[in-house]
Amino acid sequence: MTTEALIPKTGIRYWPARFLRGIVRFLKLMSRNKTGFVGFLLFIGFVLLTTVGPLFVPQAKSANIMEIYAPPCKLSQWVEFLRTSWFERVPHSEIKASSAPMCSEHLLGTDSQGKDIFAQIVHGGRDILQMALLTGLISTFVGVALGSLSALIGGGFDAFLTMLADIWLTIPRFPLLAVLATLVKLDNMLFLALLLSVLSWAGLYRSIRAQVFSIKERDYIEAATALDLGMWHIIFSEVLPNMLSYIAISFTFGMTSAIYAQVGLVFLGLVPLTRNWGVMINLAWTQGAIFFKDSVYFIMAPVTAIALFQLSIVWMSRSLEEIFNPRLRTG
Amino acid sequence: MLARAVFTIWFVTSLIFFLVRLMPSNPIEVYINELIVQYGLPYAEARDQAASLFAIDLDAPLHLQYLDYMAQLSRGNLGDSLRSPGTSVWEIIVAFLPWTLFSVGLGLLISFLLGVLIGMLLAYNRRAFWEPVVSGVASILSSIPNYIIGIVLLVYLGVYWNLVPIHQMRGSRSPGIEPGFTWVFIKDIFFHAALPILTYVLSSIGGWILSMKSSTIGTLGEDYVTVARARGLSEGRITTAYVGRNAMLPLITQLLVSIGFVVGGSLLIESIFVYQGIGYRLLTALSTRDYPLMQGIFLIITISVVVSNLVADFVYGWFDPRVRVAGGD
Repeated sequence: MTTEALIPKTGIRYWPARFLRGIVRFLKLMSRNKTGFVGFLLFIGFVLLTTVGPLFVPQAKSANIMEIYAPPCKLSQWVEFLRTSWFERVPHSEIKASSAPMCSEHLLGTDSQGKDIFAQIVHGGRDILQMALLTGLISTFVGVALGSLSALIGGGFDAFLTMLADIWLTIPRFPLLAVLATLVKLDNMLFLALLLSVLSWAGLYRSIRAQVFSIKERDYIEAATALDLGMWHIIFSEVLPNMLSYIAISFTFGMTSAIYAQVGLVFLGLVPLTRNWGVMINLAWTQGAIFFKDSVYFIMAPVTAIALFQLSIVWMSRSLEEIFNPRLRTG
Repeated sequence: MLARAVFTIWFVTSLIFFLVRLMPSNPIEVYINELIVQYGLPYAEARDQAASLFAIDLDAPLHLQYLDYMAQLSRGNLGDSLRSPGTSVWEIIVAFLPWTLFSVGLGLLISFLLGVLIGMLLAYNRRAFWEPVVSGVASILSSIPNYIIGIVLLVYLGVYWNLVPIHQMRGSRSPGIEPGFTWVFIKDIFFHAALPILTYVLSSIGGWILSMKSSTIGTLGEDYVTVARARGLSEGRITTAYVGRNAMLPLITQLLVSIGFVVGGSLLIESIFVYQGIGYRLLTALSTRDYPLMQGIFLIITISVVVSNLVADFVYGWFDPRVRVAGGD
């Protein structure tokens, strides 16, 4: 490969080069699975949209009753707008004044208060993304810690946790969350993430425990135990690296179920959070936006964003699974 | 198995009991304050009224309250609703639960059977040009949250394309129709349940298709299938009795987990379609802070999940004779 020829092979001084090489290698592995790569690109797109996007797209203006449910731009209108404003350098105000129906300001139209929908989509994703990452991290950590401890310690500890997990799995999670939301204020993101992780520990715990049980019997673990390397060394250096694919999958699973629960709660109006996609759906819903053809973008924009975001995570997890589990790689 | 089910129900009941009472905003205190402010009742009277509504003696220490609550529960007394006084929680549950069991059960059954069928078809036709298309659709359906599917169905079928009369489809049955085993009534309940059922089917079928496909592909490579072929058994018998039956086993375990998930999701789906099942009633109880009703409905949802798990365990034993033998000792 040309990149590898350009980059020196060794030396700590060249860490940017090694970093770059790592990224190239990672991308190559990611692109082995086409669906997974599409998901990965979509996911990166969403991350950029919600983190870098707000720098370029100004926050939705305050209510503007003149522009309630303005229609979104048609493609031809966009081409026309770009042509006149960029190539012919016609001033903005002049375009607006011209007789042609102009949509220059609202890519996806406006909502019931005349606010720009696209701006709301750009600004409303960060909450959800942060929540998802945070919950994924915490729940993975809890699941991995409890699962591996349970399998390695065994005995009564293991039996107790297994029984608890069995019970926990039959508790209907979403109704419990909904009930909790009326008892405690769930407006703190960290607290909500913790709660979601606590509620979802059981499934992950079970799969991690089963994995550790099967790895535990292998020779290299026996060797490490014979060398008396200590529990933490065995967990973190011997067991965990061999189940990274499970951990990656459970991380993405934690993310998707966090998004499901959070958006669901917000949609029902049970959790007060700053304006995000779930709140947009809730607003569109309560203001009857679903019953008019004009306002279909108000509800479909956040709905599509959430659906695509979930899809991107699920698809990305396929590539991740292959990266960490070389046996799945084909060719 | 039965012991665990009972234990689970006890655990959940206690969890909810203590959560409701130990939370910073204790709903009983909230209700007492509400009575004082709204109706100008003196504290003692308000407290008595609250105690009778919650079916609990507020002066007793917590553990005695708990024992009392449990004793009431075992006699089937769930207390009275706060917002519609005079109606017991039990009456409300009896009126709303059947609709949820009907729609969720039918939806899951249809999606499971269809999904298993399509998954097997895909596994047998791995080289077909339409295989990636169907798998792709299944993977998309399985990753989108069920309420998103519900909203999209409502917006497009009901409003944008105007294909179904969503306003008439609200509720669990039309007013004025006598319940009974008549054609009119059956047609009516299917008319009202159609969209929720469609949502349950669409949102869970993708998962069934994908798992059945991979499970069938795995089973097709097993030795006993080759042996069955060598014995000259008919292809139809191999497909149903050898491949299908074994490939379905892991899916039945998944059905266990998904029952709870779908019943929980009915909270969202039923409020989208204004379908008057237990999920819809729970949401109204939540938004009006009707705590006894909330507690009762949550308990009933848990019990129905636990019971359906028991049933699924039983069905699993019927499918897999090995479990029946192992379960004996």
